Order: sequence, then structure tokens, then C-alpha cells
Amino acid sequence: MIKKPDNETIVIFGATSAVGQMLARIHAESGDSMILVARNLDRINRVAADLRTRGAPLVECLHSDFDNTQKHSELLENIEERCTDIAKYYFFYGSLPEQKECEASWSSTHNALMTNFLSVVSLLTLIANKVEKETGRGIVVVSSVAGDRGRQSNYIYGTAKGALTIFLQGLRNRLYRSNCSVTTMKPGFIDTPMTRDFDKGLLWVKPEKVAQDIYKAASRRKDEVYTPGFWRLIMFIINNIPEIIFKRLSL
Amino acid sequence: MTTYRSWAYCPASRQNAIKPAWTDFDLHKETGSLLPFGNGRSYGDSCLNSDGIVIDGRLLNRFISFDVEQGILRCESGATFADILALTVPKGWFLPVTPGTKYVTLGGAIANDVHGKNHHQDGTLGRHIRCFELKRSSGKKLICSPEKNTEFFAATIGGLGLTGFISWAEVQLIKIPSSFIEVETTAFHGLEEFCALSEQANVKHRYSVAWLDCASSGKQFARGLFMSGNHIDCDKKSKSALHEPTISIPINFPKQAINRYSIRAFNALYFNKNRLSAGKPTKQHYDDFFYPLDSIGNWNRIYGSQGFYQYQFVVPPSKLVVMEKALNKIVASGLGSFLAVLKEFGDLKSPGMLSFPRPGICLALDFANRGNITLKLLQELDHLVMDAGGAVYPAKDVRMSSQAFQSYFPNYSEFEAYIDPKFSSDFWRRVSDKKT
Repeated sequence: MIKKPDNETIVIFGATSAVGQMLARIHAESGDSMILVARNLDRINRVAADLRTRGAPLVECLHSDFDNTQKHSELLENIEERCTDIAKYYFFYGSLPEQKECEASWSSTHNALMTNFLSVVSLLTLIANKVEKETGRGIVVVSSVAGDRGRQSNYIYGTAKGALTIFLQGLRNRLYRSNCSVTTMKPGFIDTPMTRDFDKGLLWVKPEKVAQDIYKAASRRKDEVYTPGFWRLIMFIINNIPEIIFKRLSL
Repeated sequence: MTTYRSWAYCPASRQNAIKPAWTDFDLHKETGSLLPFGNGRSYGDSCLNSDGIVIDGRLLNRFISFDVEQGILRCESGATFADILALTVPKGWFLPVTPGTKYVTLGGAIANDVHGKNHHQDGTLGRHIRCFELKRSSGKKLICSPEKNTEFFAATIGGLGLTGFISWAEVQLIKIPSSFIEVETTAFHGLEEFCALSEQANVKHRYSVAWLDCASSGKQFARGLFMSGNHIDCDKKSKSALHEPTISIPINFPKQAINRYSIRAFNALYFNKNRLSAGKPTKQHYDDFFYPLDSIGNWNRIYGSQGFYQYQFVVPPSKLVVMEKALNKIVASGLGSFLAVLKEFGDLKSPGMLSFPRPGICLALDFANRGNITLKLLQELDHLVMDAGGAVYPAKDVRMSSQAFQSYFPNYSEFEAYIDPKFSSDFWRRVSDKKT
């Protein structure tokens, strides 16, 4: 584990997700304070109790359903009221839409794009304008390997994550001058409640492992990181298959 | 369907499972019979429910509160002893009772009312559980403690997961001065010598256990090493607790690897190596003292894909001859393995109705799975134990008959009244003579 000089305060959007909880535990055990934001207040309170027990000096809980972008500026004011010196903003929330349902209905597609892409952009628009005036902040967002190339089996989710990856590239470029790092995490398959219905093969990893990778990448202020690392190779191959062949494959 | 196995690999069954992420999950909507599953360290079929569903509780591992002044910890039932120790040891608190692996969940430890090297002083884990919440399939949630819902408290401790799902529990920890144990090792020959050592050591040592050579006959019959220890104050720089095994067995060994020659050689080597260090006390980290096998990941694979049997039984203190007879049978069969552990249980009573430990001498050992020859030996041992009024440990069993079970646990019919109507297990269907 990397030792940080001082304890800091972080914000986690989607703190009740499997990976979010594991990442929060690492921060708690190294003595950081945190503000947790999630959709279900009862669940955040349970997570908060766990993190306080593990050593987090201060844990605050806020409720948000994320999709309601109207309320985002109020949410960020609430965060600022609790702490003005936020070192890192983590984004963990998301949803895994049913591809077939999205194909049949624009409204399902819209919801998927809203949760996985648009709402994050809304929050980051507000956050970017704040951290731009400060220095040394970190923004860490969980995207996905699914955003690297569109595939018939989940291209709506892939679209949202791919768009997110590009948005973050632009943001990284813009915030470079403010010495604010923007880290895009691209996990592969994680064994979480979100993926409970999948048959788990060799490529699947535990949320603990992904959380460790994210913590490391955030501390080192990395740009784009695949987790686990072997996905870099897999995606290199997948990204280099010519489209004329790729379109015939059933991936 | 995922593969859920018990630790001894036999039986290996494909098993339907649910894996809730929050303790408020709904038991009601599941069809078919249910059984809680902890971390799969039970050896036999008490953790399997091949006709139904297991509730994999491993995501329910959040801490709820820890009173550092009083040493009272409350956490969800899927927290493992490794999780708990990582939190509490740096603050000077240790588990009141621990089995030989820290990769068990708290819920599983309660359901098996686990015991450890301090049984003579502290009894089973059940004595140190302050309360827990039991989720019943009816939707009811019962807070159980020695004062409240006492029958369910008694039935659930050692109740093999059959009384409902434990969502969280509160345990009273013990204060420790450091993470080190001072250990004394003494060699012995024969069971009388073991008993004498045990009687002496148990007065001044919180922990005691013996390793027994189950392969040698003649002059070396029942030789072993007696180990006793106490928590001590030690300024030795504490190594960080083990998070993952240092080495891991990647594949199942071929079945020829474990045979009477390799076992006899191992036993002789182990005895003589450790006899040399006997006499002078050494300081051991708690990982080395309590959990030597946890440093080898998947050690169960050395027995090959056909798995093994573990047999653990206790006979009353007056029946030392029976223990000797059983040991003679094991040595003569040449089937015993190298992990034989001998321990004298004390007379502290557990609150659990189906709790296994009782006053007497207890032996636990592995047998490679050689099919019928092994099963026949274990059946003969069953008869010895039954006649002596002893018992065999359900957590390690995959084959005891219903007749044997009912003789070991005469109050099983009283227990039956507290079983959740939707809960069952492979073990229970066998020993209760019910086929549903």
C-alpha cells in the first residue's frame, strides 16, 4: 500500500456499489475521512458504520438518485458545507442495462445513457469548475472495457462508457493546467451483485482486487488504467481487429 | 449453478446459490429449501444443500460497531475471523475462541459452535456470543441472546444453519497484551503421558493441544508433541497479519502421493524435528500458533480430486481405553494421515443444544479417500465411539448414520422444533432420516 503524507477527505459517488465499498475500506483503514453519496440512505448508513469501525475519522452520508440532474448543484453545495477541502472525487455508480430491452425501447436506452453517462457529465461539469480554481485535486471515474469498442451484446452500455471515456480525456486535457488529475479506470469483469446472472469464468476478478488497483492508480495520479492489467492486452487485440471482420463476429 | 464444495472435496456438488449483498434480503420469495453457506470450511455435507439453494453470505461482511473499551464487536455474519483479527488485534483484542483456520465466517462459526485450543478454560464460541439476529423464512427477525428468545439462541448455536439465517452477531473479545503467544513444546509417548501433561498444563496455560503420530506402532505407538501457550507481552516487532496464503497448492495431487510410506516418513520427520526444539519456550505470532495451515492455500488439494475424510470424535475422560483401541485400529489400518490432533476438552457447558464438545479426550485426523476400505474403518470407529457414549463432530462429517447421530446428540428431537420449515441440508436429510 502506498503511504500518503496526510490524511485527506474524499467523496464517493456510488458508495454502496461493491467496488466502491472496497475502495472506501482502503481509505478508511489509512485514516481518511469521507463523504458517501448513494441512492439508498439506509444502505449508505450501514456502509458508513463499517467504515467508521475500520478507522475513518469522519464519515458523512448523502442521498442522491443521480439521474435527477436538477438536484446536482444542491448536492454539491451539501458536500461543500461538510468539507471545502476535497482531495479526490470518486465515481462508482452505474447500471448494467439489459441490451435487448434497450433495443426495443428508447426509454430504456435513455435511462441507461442517463445513469452511466449524462448524470456523470452533469456532476463533473460542476466539479470541474470548482477544482479548476484549486490545485492538486483528483477525479477518478470507473468506466469500462465495454466502452473501447461497440459489440452487439451490450453496445448501449458500451456507448455510455465509451462516451464517458472520451469526455474524461477532454477534461483531463483541460484540467492539466490546474494540476488536477483525471483517472479513467477500465475494469473488465468483476464479480459483483450487478453481474450476478453471469457464468463466471477465468477472466472474472473480485471487487477487492479492482479496488486496490483503483486506489493505486488514484494515488499515482494515472490517466487511463485497465484493471486487472491483462485487459490492456485483450483490448489491444480487440481494438485492432479490422471492422470488416469485427462486424461479422458474434461478440 | 456454481460449484460449492465442502473443504474435504467429497462430495463435490453443483449447487444453486443466492448471494445477497445486504442483510435485508428476502428469504420469502425463494422456492425450495435453503441453507446458509459461510466460507466453505466445513469438511463434510453440513454446508451443502444439493436439492435446494445455499445462501452465500460472504458479501455480508460489514462491521457494525466495535467498543474498544469493552472489546465488544458487532458485525454481519459473513465477516471472517481473518477480517475480525485484522481489525481488533492492533487494538489489543483477540477472538475468545478460534478453530484452526481463520478463514471461517462468524455465522458459520456460531452454527458449528466452534472450539479451540482453549476449550479447557473458555469453552466453545457460543459462550462468548452476546446476541445475534436470526432471520426466519416467515419474515420474522428474532434478536436472540442468553436473555431473549433463549430457545432459539440455544438451538442456533451449533444448529448447523438449520434454524434460520444469522444476519449479524455480537461477540465478546478477550484482551491481549501483544500478537504473540509463548509456546512450550514437550514430547510424549502414549496416551497416559498425554493426559498427565494436559492436566498439568491446563492449569497455567490458556491454550493446549497435541500433535499425534498416527502411523507408528510398537515402541513409538501414540507418540506426539504437546504444545501449550499463553498470550504474552512482547516487544518483538509484530509482523503484519497474513492476508493471503504465502504459498498455494495450484492443482489436485495425484492420489498416489499420500500413501503409508510418505505418511510414516512425514510423521517421523515432524516428530524428530520438533522434539529437538522441545523444552525451551518460543514466541510465536498468532498466525503461526493458531493457523499454521492457513499459510498453505488450498492444502486440501494434496489429497487429490477424490478428496478425503476428516474424522473428529470425543470420548469421556473415563474411556481412555477406547481412545487407545481406536488409535490401535487406525495405526493398524495404515490409513491415518499426518494431521492428527489430540485435545482434552474441559467441562464448561455450551449454551448450544447440538454443541459437539463435551468433557473428554478428542482426536481429529484426516483419511485419504480410499473408498470402501476407509468407510469401513470409520464405521468401526463409529461403533467404538457410540459404545463409549462419545460423539463425532458434524462439521467434519459426510457419512455418519442417523442411528449414530441420534446416539451422539440425544436431544436432537428437542432441537427439531426450532428448525426453520424452509431450511435443510444434505447432512440433515441423512441424519434425521428424512428424504425431503
